[in-house]
Amino acid sequence: MILTQLIFGITGGLLFAIGLRSALVRESLLARILAVNISGAGVFLALVAIAYRGLEETPDPIPHALVLTGIVVAVSATALALALRRRLEEADDE
Amino acid sequence: MNNLLTLPVMIPLGFSLLALLWPRRATPVGILALLATLLASAWLTWRVSGNGPMLLALGGWEPGLGIALYADALSSTLLLMSSVVALAAGIYSTGYFRAPGDRARFWPLWLLMMTALHALFLSGDLFNLYVTLELLGLSAVALAALGGKRKAVEAALRYLILGLLGSLLFLAGVTLTYAGYGTLDLMKLRDLLAPEPVAWIALALMISGLLLKTALFPLHFWLPPAHANAPAPVSAVLSALVVKAAFYLLLRFWLEIFEDVVTAFAAWLLGILGAMAVLWGSWRALRAVRLKLLAAYSTVAQLGYLFLFFPLLAALPAGAARDTALGALILMALTHAFAKSALFLATGVIQQKAGHDRIEDLGGAARALPVTVFTLALAGVALIGLPPSGAFLAKWQLFSAAIATGQWLWVPVIATGSLLAAAYVFRILGYAFAPAEGVTYRIADGREELPALILAILATLLLGFGSVQLWEFVTPGALAAGEAP
Repeated sequence: MILTQLIFGITGGLLFAIGLRSALVRESLLARILAVNISGAGVFLALVAIAYRGLEETPDPIPHALVLTGIVVAVSATALALALRRRLEEADDE
Repeated sequence: MNNLLTLPVMIPLGFSLLALLWPRRATPVGILALLATLLASAWLTWRVSGNGPMLLALGGWEPGLGIALYADALSSTLLLMSSVVALAAGIYSTGYFRAPGDRARFWPLWLLMMTALHALFLSGDLFNLYVTLELLGLSAVALAALGGKRKAVEAALRYLILGLLGSLLFLAGVTLTYAGYGTLDLMKLRDLLAPEPVAWIALALMISGLLLKTALFPLHFWLPPAHANAPAPVSAVLSALVVKAAFYLLLRFWLEIFEDVVTAFAAWLLGILGAMAVLWGSWRALRAVRLKLLAAYSTVAQLGYLFLFFPLLAALPAGAARDTALGALILMALTHAFAKSALFLATGVIQQKAGHDRIEDLGGAARALPVTVFTLALAGVALIGLPPSGAFLAKWQLFSAAIATGQWLWVPVIATGSLLAAAYVFRILGYAFAPAEGVTYRIADGREELPALILAILATLLLGFGSVQLWEFVTPGALAAGEAP
């Protein structure tokens, strides 16, 4: 079962790296905002993997609480980013 | 009594909501909140200086499950600094934002930023630090976009995305730390951390996230557009406080929490990047066409000086010499905070009264706005590092530490940086004192000119003459004392 944890952890690390790269390299603003989200999802996945303590045990609640808080932060940040991007588009239309 | 530790966080938070609900009275609510926050921070500093560090487990939950608030000499000094700068810039903003709609948008965000900043200074929990970093980033971005012009929004969006990347790198480091050591409490981590791969990678991730947020060369590219296009009071706190918050975490991690993990090589790397920041930032400041851009590039340079201290602190053995260097580092950060906010506020006055901030067209400014130009000069004294400013003493200590440890490399860097700073300050003054040619200035009132002047006086006189008290307060218990209450 350690294997499952490893798969989740490595996938999380990969997602984090992919998102990070795209956020720095991509030109399109929307792609960069999405990339930041993918990167965040990678970190959250790694946190969920850390919480795993075996089939018989209950998972560690602290990383779960962190993921919840992290998702709230990510949603607000994305909302702000999208609002700013829309403001830019409106400025271009005028 | 320790419950009062929450006050510097709770006051701005509560009043921020009040300002949001009561937009027509946002200004008096905001000023009242800043005054109360300043009082709370001053009380906290006074108490820490008398009784030593304070610790509070929020809601009675022990650290581990709960979140600890912790105030020591370093955090309370920075708390006081941010309260003073925010109050001065807040008073200035009442003259800057004339429209009620602008004020109603400004104050809730401003107070929210103070909340995040103070929570960051007081937090004793790694994950809580991530949350405060994000809150600080989000409120700072919203404030930077307040001007509403296309350039400002564009810079703000770029600032947001890079800030988010910085926070995510930090969060990845937090995740690894928890995976490796099973706790997020800073005090516990300090005892647990050992020089091994998990700690190295976690620290590297967190430090790179923080470097992105502190805008150390070559990660500084987002700073000049974001700081130069924001409204003047916002630029002042972005440059004076927001980048310092990330730097504060860097300092605390480097010297206290991860003390056993960091290596001399990494300290040298930071020092070299700092040296390049000093040279590049000063050069670009000298070449800047607009006053605000000059101030922003000068921030890049001044942050570089702070990083020069890292290899010196790594080389100095624990003792009086190291404490002195540490005190100089904090003095440098404080002086820059006051001087740079004064510079940005004074720039704001010129920009509003002259209608532009092009340096070469500043002629007549000295006659029309004598107080503001005097403020520019005073802030310039602190930025160059002339006596009696705090930066003079700090640079002096930087020199002596570089010579004492045989790290000669930094000496020409500091000297060149100071010369370039003198050049860009005198370039402003040269044009400001030139006779006017058909430029008309509007008269500025006291609430616009005086806050900047007071900040500049704090940077040049108070921090210079009061540095002994600051040194005594900050050095013995600030960092690496190894004692938790």
